[in-house]
Amino acid sequence: MKKLLSIFAVVAFAFSAHAGTLDDVKNRGFLKCGVTTGLAGFAAPDDSGEWAGLDADMCRAVAVAVFGDRSKVEFITTTGKSRFPTLASGEVDMLARNTTWTISRDVNLGFEFVGVNFYDGQGFMVPSALGVSSATELDGATVCIQTGTTTELNLADFFRLNGISYEALPIETNDEGKENLFAGRCDVYTTDASGLSSTRAAASNPDKWVVLPEIISKEPLGPLVRHGDHQWGDVVRWSLNAMIIAEELGITSENVDAQTSSNVPEVLRLLGVEGNYGEMLELSNDWAYQIIKQIGNYSESYEANVGPDTPLEIARGLNALWTQGGILYAPPFR
Amino acid sequence: MRSNLGFFSDEKFRSIFFQTLVVGLFALGLFFVISTTSYNLEKRNIATGWSFLQNPAGFDISFSPFLEFKSTDTHLKVYFVGVLNTLLVSITGCIAATILGFILGIVRLSSNWLLSRLVYIYVEFSRNVPLLLQIILWYSILIQLPRVKQSLQVLDVFYISNRGLYSPRPIFESGFSYVSIAIVLALISSFLINRWAKKRQDKTGQQFPVFSSSIGLIFIVPLILFFILGSPLSFEHPELKGFNFKGGLVIRPEFIAMFLALSIYTAAFISEIVRAGIMSVSKGQREASAAIGLKQTWIMRLIIIPQALRVIVPPLTSQYLNLTKNSSLGIAVGYADLVHGFGGISLNQTGQAIECMAIVMATYLSISLTISFFMNIYNRSIQFKEK
Repeated sequence: MKKLLSIFAVVAFAFSAHAGTLDDVKNRGFLKCGVTTGLAGFAAPDDSGEWAGLDADMCRAVAVAVFGDRSKVEFITTTGKSRFPTLASGEVDMLARNTTWTISRDVNLGFEFVGVNFYDGQGFMVPSALGVSSATELDGATVCIQTGTTTELNLADFFRLNGISYEALPIETNDEGKENLFAGRCDVYTTDASGLSSTRAAASNPDKWVVLPEIISKEPLGPLVRHGDHQWGDVVRWSLNAMIIAEELGITSENVDAQTSSNVPEVLRLLGVEGNYGEMLELSNDWAYQIIKQIGNYSESYEANVGPDTPLEIARGLNALWTQGGILYAPPFR
Repeated sequence: MRSNLGFFSDEKFRSIFFQTLVVGLFALGLFFVISTTSYNLEKRNIATGWSFLQNPAGFDISFSPFLEFKSTDTHLKVYFVGVLNTLLVSITGCIAATILGFILGIVRLSSNWLLSRLVYIYVEFSRNVPLLLQIILWYSILIQLPRVKQSLQVLDVFYISNRGLYSPRPIFESGFSYVSIAIVLALISSFLINRWAKKRQDKTGQQFPVFSSSIGLIFIVPLILFFILGSPLSFEHPELKGFNFKGGLVIRPEFIAMFLALSIYTAAFISEIVRAGIMSVSKGQREASAAIGLKQTWIMRLIIIPQALRVIVPPLTSQYLNLTKNSSLGIAVGYADLVHGFGGISLNQTGQAIECMAIVMATYLSISLTISFFMNIYNRSIQFKEK
């Protein structure tokens, strides 16, 4: 019996193709990256049908790190509910999908959050005609809420804590939320503040909507991979860190070529001129150079997708570098 | 050589051998699936077990007409809320689909060309458009109704908006229990009268006005009692306060969309089953009953329908099963049924997909088997009794 069991274990092991995600990705020739079903600024198809946004850039950065080519990525849309099974089953190699890092997801669900690419918090958006100026005035309101999210739990906690009642209208995707809010089926839409800005930017008349001042939770959003594949986790983690470090060091997609002859040791290490950090990750030595060249540093990605000059108009705030009043911080590159 | 094949030429042995082989392979397959699953779950550090049922849910469910639900309640309670909501839409849907289906099936056979063509178009349309699209269509129409502040007012007491249909809620006062008892007694006695009248008619041929006397018993007697007791019933009217109506009864657009889509879709199938059932009764039956001078309505009720039912009931049962299972599409419009609440939100918040799905599947299985059980009893009661 024991022998039989161990045979099964071996067979089962062979069937679970997650022994080395990096090798799988390399053999396949492209990266499968789980993103939202469409959230402007984070991951949504642009006018030419190309996926664009902060999360989309995250996926592309990993593709560049592995293949040196930003187009070697297949975007797979996932809902708030389908994202975890999709990742767990190996249908995608990683998620970059506005996903909040929590203990239960990190520990109990068997995933590994590799960092934070956007510090967010949950907010509320209402029609300005409603005349509401604070979330504590929302007693009795109907609230549209995406199911299967941390925001759903925060919402219940917030109303319970403040002793006010509400009616939840559970919806699946951001688009459904928009539709129900704009039709007046719900009074309030609650999700991460960035998501609200994105929704507001998509409205026909953004001035008709206000985001209330309360931020009721911490929502560190970041990319995640399956637990247990540390090599692959490292690749994704350092792809993100490379973009943050590049901003710290003032390397941009424009000056990256000039920077290869810099005299700053960390710049040379990052760009692969010195040391063999690429080899350690089983990547080519110019992986970080390629990320910066093809995608840009964190700031470039931020400003192009969600920054003050975009329809989303989100100030850097917490997402500024630690040296500039924010909390964005990457471990040293050495 | 011959002696080696001796076993195999024995039919009994062969049959046992192959049956054992099939069962063995099945058990082996099952064992493989279970062991692979548990091995992989463990390998990926995914929690297993049933203890999550006792953990607080942490989220709210607003549509729970039968149980009070708070975010501090357990996932187990989420399950019960889901089961009740599934049963609510399934039972009301089955009743409405049956009534509509019977009417349409009979109208389809009517000699009125326009009516029967209209039913034909209806049947072909609703049978051939995916149910999910119909649910979304109804919901999209319903949320285009006026906003809550501009609700349509009907008869001064009903309010219609895209938040649902608000109506007054009856509040039963102390004396009302006597009225309810009177109604129950009236129902029982009409049933007894009906039986007695049937027996008497069989014996003597004399008829008794069962219908009118039952109406009198069920409606008029309790009504008189109601006024004697000083109308022990009042209504709580919905009032627009702040964001929503407060008080009153409300039927949500999510429920209405599910109810309409399920019953209209299934009614199309039922009407075809009814039509087939009626057409299966030979023409001679109708002609013979007309020849002995029975009224048209009597021919239908006493001759055609009882014979048609034998053909109608078995496929009707499977339509009930379909409707119940189709109610799991509630997730498309945010109707908090079993799949959406427990099999969706709880699953997602706890991450225990296998446990949640196993429970949901077992529940649908039990509901379906229960429906089949009762429909089979009914089916047996209407079959020809060979004497």
